[in-house]
Amino acid sequence: MIEVSNIQKKFGKLEVLKDINFTIDRPGVFAVLGHNGSGKTTMLKILLGMVLPNQGQIKIDGKDIGGTWAYRKQIAYLPQIARFPENLTVKELIKMIQDIRNEKGKADQLVCQFGLNKFLDKKLSELSGGTRQKVNIVLAFMFDSSICILDEPTAGLDPVALIELKRLIESEKRNGKIILITTHIMSLVEELAEEIIFLLDGKIHFQGSLDQLGKETEEDDLEHAIAAMLVA
Amino acid sequence: MIKILKYSFYDLMRSRWSFVYLAFYMALGFVLLFLNADVSKATITLMNIIVVLTPMIGTIFGIMYFYNSREFTELLLSQPIKRSTIFTGQYLGLSLSLSMSLIVGLGIPFLAYGILQSGAVGNFITLLLSGTFLTFIFVALSLIIALNNSNKIKGFGYAILMWLFFAVIYDGLFMISLVVFGDYPLDKFALGASLFNPIDLSRIMILLKLEISALLGYTGALFQKFFGTNTGFLVSVIIMMFWILIPFCLILRKARLKDF
Repeated sequence: MIEVSNIQKKFGKLEVLKDINFTIDRPGVFAVLGHNGSGKTTMLKILLGMVLPNQGQIKIDGKDIGGTWAYRKQIAYLPQIARFPENLTVKELIKMIQDIRNEKGKADQLVCQFGLNKFLDKKLSELSGGTRQKVNIVLAFMFDSSICILDEPTAGLDPVALIELKRLIESEKRNGKIILITTHIMSLVEELAEEIIFLLDGKIHFQGSLDQLGKETEEDDLEHAIAAMLVA
Repeated sequence: MIKILKYSFYDLMRSRWSFVYLAFYMALGFVLLFLNADVSKATITLMNIIVVLTPMIGTIFGIMYFYNSREFTELLLSQPIKRSTIFTGQYLGLSLSLSMSLIVGLGIPFLAYGILQSGAVGNFITLLLSGTFLTFIFVALSLIIALNNSNKIKGFGYAILMWLFFAVIYDGLFMISLVVFGDYPLDKFALGASLFNPIDLSRIMILLKLEISALLGYTGALFQKFFGTNTGFLVSVIIMMFWILIPFCLILRKARLKDF
């Protein structure tokens, strides 16, 4: 369970998050939406403890996460841009994360699933953007974490990998995990998400199911509903 | 922390820069010994190079490494590890690998020229010790600069300026103040001022150990007069340790409060 209350964040004079409150108390896929620069990534990074809020509190399973770090064992994170230490090979990177977490995880299975076997001995600096993203996915999903934070997970993926990713997200959902996802691809949201958290002007403008969103905006498809909200 | 240290160290070893640095010191050692033929004399020449060069290399490597490893840092930050552990590990990884390049790079030529059989072993070890101190100090200072400036160009500029300040400008200001305030008793001021520059301090530390009063200069002579040779050496070592400890605490403080 994630409880976010009164989160505020400023970068210099720019107030990115004004007063964010939401609660996620059941497993499922939650899409965090908003226009570019609306603070989606900042919000997710605050959940991870990478960005520190100016005010507010976040509780995960009832425990305040402020200043703590052990809770990150429960979180899988897929960052927006797949950037890694360039001098390591894919195999070494996976090993390193396993070593740091003291867990073996299911890396082998995921490496097979995303066809990364032939890249295992390649240096990360030699990989294409899409392949890096696949490595990113393996790193994020290899451990059994109860919360998955996916920041633009589809960036650069080919159709085959995209299908695999959707399958993976579906199976994680069935395993009872909370999956937070940001994306600009509305078809993905329609396909996967049960609930939408919509950020506008640093506040939560809407939180609810896709049906509720449709009713509220009187639009049939999600793309138009979101656009209607942005214009309004 | 050991794990982070291990991977930072490993990453650096892979980057080949450590080997370039090592090769450079090795070449320097051999050239000096070839030109001087006398191990003790070469040690003294080496001192002048070490007190200027190790801070510079520590600064440049430090700032470059921390900007280049931003991805690595971000990856680690999303893992269940304490922030202080990440930064301590990276700091020690870099400082140790640079110190190792220095020690091995200079150690090999001096061993080959029979430093162990000469009387200069102690002096040579002091030299390596002060080089190691300076590496740790300037890596820490450049890390503080890197943490405070997300703009690489700015950070790089500040880091070079910091090195220039301690290596050149500080002495200039010091000299000017001695000239301008020549009518006043300046002993205590000069003594105090030398503590605030790790490069000066390490020079004094080496010269006290080498017992070459002719090269000590004004502050060195003061240091010797005030503390005596042995206490003076000890005092300089302790203050050098503070020069590592205080910047290191600042790194941890900044790392704790920073957004990534």
